[in-house]
Formats: sequence, C-alpha cells, structure tokens
Amino acid sequence: MKKSKQFFMVPYFLWIALFVVAPLLLILYQSLTDGQGHFTIQNYLTYGSSSVYLKMSLNSLWYAFLITVITLLISYPAAYILSRLKHQQLWLLLIILPTWINLLLKAYAFIGLFSRAGAVNHFLMFIGIGPKQILFSDFSFLLVASYIEIPFMILPIYNAIVQLDPALPNASRDLGASPWQTFRLVTFPLTLSGVKAGVQAVFIPSLSLFMLTRLIGGNRVITLGTAIEEHFLTTMNWGMGSTIGVILIVMMFVIMILTNDRKKKRREVLDDEKATH
Amino acid sequence: MMKKPRISSLYLILVFIILYTPIFYLIYYSFNAGGNMNNFTGFTWEHYRTLFSDQRILVIVLDTLLIALLSSLVATIVGTFGALGISGHKKAATRSTLLTLNNVLMVSPDVIIGASFLILFTSLGIGLGFGSVLVSHIAFSIPIVVLMVLPKVNELDPALLNAAQDLGASKAQTFWRVIIPYITPGILSGFFMAFTYSLDDFAVTFFVTGNGFTTLSVEIYSRARQGISLEINALSAVMFIFALLLVVGYYFVNQYSRSRRQRQKRHEQAEVTLR
Amino acid sequence: MKKIMMMMATILALCGVLFIGSKQLSAQAGATTQANTLNLYNWGDYIDPALLKKFEKQTGYHVQYETFDSNEAMFTKIKQGGTAYDLAIPSDYMIEKMKKAKLLLPIDQQKLSNFKYLDQHFLDQSFDRGNRYSIPYFWGTLGIIYNDQQVKASEVQHWDDLWAPKWQNDLMLVDSARDILGMTLISQGQSVNTTDTAILNQASRKLDRLSINVKAIVADEIKTYMIQNEAPLAVTWSGEAAEMIEQNQHLHYVVPSEGSNAWYDNMVIPKTAKHQKAAYAFINFMLAPENAAQNAEYVGYATPNKAAKALLPRKIRDDRQFYPPLSTVEKLEVYQDLGATKVEQYNDLFLKFKMYRQ
Repeated sequence: MKKSKQFFMVPYFLWIALFVVAPLLLILYQSLTDGQGHFTIQNYLTYGSSSVYLKMSLNSLWYAFLITVITLLISYPAAYILSRLKHQQLWLLLIILPTWINLLLKAYAFIGLFSRAGAVNHFLMFIGIGPKQILFSDFSFLLVASYIEIPFMILPIYNAIVQLDPALPNASRDLGASPWQTFRLVTFPLTLSGVKAGVQAVFIPSLSLFMLTRLIGGNRVITLGTAIEEHFLTTMNWGMGSTIGVILIVMMFVIMILTNDRKKKRREVLDDEKATH
Repeated sequence: MMKKPRISSLYLILVFIILYTPIFYLIYYSFNAGGNMNNFTGFTWEHYRTLFSDQRILVIVLDTLLIALLSSLVATIVGTFGALGISGHKKAATRSTLLTLNNVLMVSPDVIIGASFLILFTSLGIGLGFGSVLVSHIAFSIPIVVLMVLPKVNELDPALLNAAQDLGASKAQTFWRVIIPYITPGILSGFFMAFTYSLDDFAVTFFVTGNGFTTLSVEIYSRARQGISLEINALSAVMFIFALLLVVGYYFVNQYSRSRRQRQKRHEQAEVTLR
Repeated sequence: MKKIMMMMATILALCGVLFIGSKQLSAQAGATTQANTLNLYNWGDYIDPALLKKFEKQTGYHVQYETFDSNEAMFTKIKQGGTAYDLAIPSDYMIEKMKKAKLLLPIDQQKLSNFKYLDQHFLDQSFDRGNRYSIPYFWGTLGIIYNDQQVKASEVQHWDDLWAPKWQNDLMLVDSARDILGMTLISQGQSVNTTDTAILNQASRKLDRLSINVKAIVADEIKTYMIQNEAPLAVTWSGEAAEMIEQNQHLHYVVPSEGSNAWYDNMVIPKTAKHQKAAYAFINFMLAPENAAQNAEYVGYATPNKAAKALLPRKIRDDRQFYPPLSTVEKLEVYQDLGATKVEQYNDLFLKFKMYRQ
C-alpha cells in the first residue's frame, strides 16, 4: 500500500514542484530585485514604512474576516437544513449551479438590482422605508462577496453534517440537553472539520479580493488585491506586486497555523522536547 | 417539533431566492428589445438569433466547457491523491507545510499566478494555446479539490481500514471498496468547485492563452470596454437552462434506475423465497 | 467504485463530443493552414465582425481574433512571446512604450494605398512622429458626461466646475491615474505630461480636495452606472460616453474648452509578426473609406479617416461631442510615456487620493 500510494502521489508532488514552488521562487526573486535585476530589499522597506500599505493589509484581513463570518452564518443553517431534506443531491447541485454563470455578468446584475431605480429600492419604497443608496457601501460589497462564496462554504459543511451519526444528537437530547446545548456541545464540534474546510476555502481567497472592490464597492474598499493588480497591470512594477504577494502568502501561513489544532500541537511540542532532553 | 420544518424550509427558500435573483435578472433582460439591462422596452428573440449565428462565440463556448470538464477531472484525481498523501504523513509539521504549499495558489491573486505561469511556460519553451490553458486550469484547481477532500480523509476511521484488512481485503480492495466510497462526497464537491474555478477564471487564462485559443471569460472581460451586449446574456441564459436540465435530468434518471434496481432486487428475493 | 468510474467515463465522453464539435465549428468558420492566417490582437468587440468576414472573403486570409482588456496586459503578452501576433491595436502611450522596448516593426506607408484617406490632424502625433510604427484606428477625448435632469450644461463647461460644492457625492471618476491627475493638471494650466514633482504634488493636493464630491471610482462599469442614473456626472472617455448616450438620452458629453487629453488606438505590427503581408492587407482594408465608416458606425467611436467620416450619416458626422471643432482639437494633448518612475509617482498619488476618501 505504502509504495503504490507513493506512486499515485507523484503527480501531486510534481504539481507542487512545478506550479507552486517554482512560481513561489520566481515571486520571491522578483520581490528582492529592482528593475535592473540587482538585489534589494527596498520593496519590503517600502511596504514596512508606508501607512498606506499597512492600512490596506488591515483592510484585507478585516473584510476577509467579515465575508467569512457572514458566509458561515448563512451557510451553516442552510447546510443543516439541506441535510434533512429529500433529494439532497439535487438541491446541492442547485446551490452550485449559479456559480457557473460568469462573475462579471452577475456583478452587472447586482448593479442593476441595487441601483437607485433598481428592484431592491422599489421594494424598499413599497414597504415604506424609501429608497436608499445601496451601491458603493460596505453593505453591498459584503453582500455580493458573500454571495459568491456561499457555495464554497455550504458544500464542505454539508458533507460533514451528512456523515454525522444522527444517534449522537438524539442521545444528547435524550440525556436532557436543550437543542442549543446539543448543537453547541455535540453537533457543531463534530462538524468542525467541514466548517474549517469551508472557512479556509472562503477566507484565503477573500484576502486578495480585488475586482468586486471596484465593481460594487466603487473603490471605497481598497485591499492588498487592488494594490497587486495595480502593480502588475498599471505601473508594471512587478517587484512591488510580488512583494505584496509574498506578504499575502505569509499572512495565509500565519492564519493556517492559528487555525490548526493548537492543543495537539502543544502536546507534540512537549513530546519533542522530552525526546530531546 | 412540527413547526420547525416550516421555518427551516422558509429559510432555505430565502437562500435560494438570493442565489438565483441575479441569474433571473440576467435571463429576463436577455429578452429585452431595448438593448441594455436597465429599461425593459419590449420582448424579442433577437439576441438569441445573434448568438446562434455567431460562430466565433459558439466555438469559444465549446472550448470553454471542454477545458473546464477536462481540467476539473484531472485536478480531482490529482488532488484526491494529494489529500490522501497529506493526511498520510505522520508529522504534523510536514502536514501543515504541505497544506500551506497547497494553499499558495488560492491566496495569490490571479494576475500573479497568470504572470508567473506565463514566464514558466515561455521559459520552458511550451507553446501557448489549448495545452497551456488546460495545464494552468488543472494547476489552480488542485488546491480547492484538496481542501474539499481532506476533511473526509481525516475523518477516515483507522479502525475501518483495519477491519477491512482483517477481513482479508487486499490493499487495492480496501482502497476502492472502503476509502473511495467514504470520501466520494468530498471528491464530488472538489470536482464541482474545480469546475466553477475553471469557468470563472479570467486573469490566468488571459496570460497563458495564445494562438487563437480563447475562453468565454476572456471574451466577456475584454468586451467590457465596449459594453457587454445582451448576446452574452442570451448565452448565459442558454447555458444556465442547459445546465439546469442536465442536472435535474441526470438526477431523475439516476433516481429512476436506482429504484428500478431495488424493485428488481426485491422481486428476485421474493421469487427466491417463493421457491 | 463503479459509480466513480462511470462518472469519469461520462465526463471523458462529453469532452470528446465537445472537442469534435468545436473542431467542426471552427472548420466551418474557415480555419485553414497557418500560412494564410492573420493573428489579430484587439480589444473585445472592437471591430465589426461583418468586416472580418468581408476581409476573409476578399483576400483569402483567415483572421484569428484574440482579445485583451488592457494595454498593459497586452504589452506583457507580446513581450513574453508565445503567440506570433501579426497585428495589434494598442493606445498612444503604449505604442511609445512598445517602440522603446523594440517590440514594433516599422510600417512602410508606400505599401498602403489607402493611407491618403487619413485626416492630417490625426497623423504625426508625439507618440509616433511620422507614423513610422502605427496607423490610426480610432481616436477620442477625455471629458465630462452629465445628466441633464440634474445638471445644466452651463454648470460643467470647465474642469474646475467639478470642484463646486454643489456636487457633493455626485461625481464618478474613471479608475485611471493618468486621466484623473491629468485633468487636474489641465485645470491648473499644466501639461498632462508634467514630470515636475512640485507641480504634481500641487495637483495631488487639489485632487484630494475633490474627494468630498466623489461618489465612486470605477472602470468600464461606469457605463452601466451612468445609464442607470446612479450619478449626475462623471469623468470618462468619449468612446464610453458615446455608448452611454446611445442608451440614455438625458446624458451629454462635453470636452472642457481649456483642453483635455486626446487618445488614439492605432494599428501596429509587433515584432513577433509572421504574416506581414496579411497585416499590410488588413491595415489597408481597414483604411478603405467604406470599411472605416462601417466600423465607426458599429463601434461608435470617432474615426480619424477623413473620407470615411464624410460617408457617415450627418447626425454622427456633425456631432460636436465626438467630432469637436478644430479649435478644441488643437488644445488636446496626447499622453507620452513618462517612464517607470514617473508612472509610479502618478499612481502613488492617485492611490493616496483613493485612500484619502475613506
């Protein structure tokens, strides 16, 4: 088994070498050189000394966090309800289906829906709230960004819930736990692996979101993704763009470590220490 | 207990409404004689007629679907083995290093990936076109497959595998009959998410394509400066309806054949007992 | 196991069908040998498809049409190679940049019998003196588009009018550092190609004061927004403005009298070209008055072709919004390639402006 498994792993490691490590080295190299190809850490100094970049980084983290939380709050109940339905597979496919329509077109549709004379404002007028400026607000930006990420969150959570043995929550209820206690102490912890996968699938790409910040946010939200886009496509300063790319990867790495099972880690560290002593 | 289902189905309906509103908005305006997505002035089939006489777009659609299907299939296979490999490592440090490497492409903005792939391909002397686009799509879809499959693999109970082996199953049998069925939901999610990634990608494809090969996203984005015509709305509508029919149709054919098989089985069993 | 294998087989079969379908369709479309192909690199939907068909029929060449969405992205692709583009349509400053990077082949005007139809005013521009490397395709301006339901024509005749306190949170801008800093510079009587840091900083300070009026900074979607009356006025390019006016009669476009930027999209032959003969044939074909006129009607941009302009319907030809009078044309300035450091300075100032609004 071991050997054959190793054999099947070859394409994956080949992929890591060719399409992850090689580009990573290229990005690192570019971030450490100037236009003439000389070694320099100027790009990192620029990043570190600029309040603009600091603000952008915080923005990126903050909005990615918000998007992830909103998506999770919407998706968890939806996945839970889905797992109790007949024809689950069909409903699940119907959740994925909207993601196959081009993102730019969907963004234009949202512009139409949210515009001053759009359907949403008509509805607001109808229920007596009156028209509101919806576009170019944090609200519309977060809503559209979450909209796009919802299927990426629902799927892994659903997979985790479906596998959950219904006997466990039942037992908990029989033992007198309230529904909330059952959820908090039994169901949620047992589906945590799915939640984690969903959070990773949503949070990590959201860090570098750029297009919606302009299309829906009207550039009122500026994240590191915007800056990279600009450095690669407008000023063509690939060095600075790569530097921010490296910083994004480092941020991702830190977050991955933070969300890992810390308890297990600590125990392992202790074991290692014991072994060395 | 009786009230709950009603509230919950209401919630789910709401989620579906949110998910589908923009899609129906696009489809609605694909029939607009007014030529834009603002004022509906009258009904017309004109945009559909333009679409079906536009051979260039039709070729692009077929190529796009081909790339999406093929790349997500390969990415799913590679990514599944990758997930098995990652979780197979004993050391937590190795596991998290592998996982970090896996996620690098997910956190990097498309322009960076696209530009570095372009440099990679040209420095390796690989011609740009169908091949380079396919390889790139496989490359950026693998991480999402791994992310979707990994939790399932981690949940695999070692006791289950031991039991299978104790019962005399060969390694291949354990793999095909125990592991794969258990992680299938993860594999399917991975496949569909990879498909989504592939269909939606603009920047990477733009950089690595060439020699006349184009995908739908590249075509749509590069039309933005001139304004995207309703022909593209019509195209989205056709693709959406087609996908919907495919999904629903496949599902019911599947349901039907399954129930028939079950009925047949029951029938046979009944016969056996009768004898 | 069976289920998974079945699915894989189904997907592969589907792929086969798609592959055959695509091959069949492109064969119908006339894809033939490499020898008589023209690899055209252009903005999306920036040429009348009927003209491509006509060209193929007339000359026997097959046009392979690839698209890009920004000058810079196109530059990267041509520089990296990988595809032998025979003809591209970049904008003015990018042509200068490509020239400096030695990515262009000189064009022999003697081989273009239709060159004579071009208007003298649009030739010999600063980015390509003597038109040694580029032939004009379309041209236009930067200006203000406004909605007559909220804005009177007299209120927006000058760039300075945008700073009026009346327009608080009413203004949309295109997401382009050169254009927005450029119009600020013009409003201060400076050149759009200023490289003096002190003057640039001064412009940047003035621009920051505009932020209270700015509603959003967007790109191509500005069309959708203006058509839907989302904002009363915006700074945008004439090409986009034409598109908007066509769909919303309340919109009008004005080029401030103190001057503005003129942009050009010109045809060039990249160094990678393998079918130069086809490229020349195509340029000449597009310069023919009837073809240029047909293209101008389809795309909606202003043609630099004098004979073609004469063929256009009177309503288009006499539209002063898009064919401004000579007195205005003479005040228009074209962007020059300022080099990496200055381009970056422009962008940094613009980024600061964007962040300032928060």
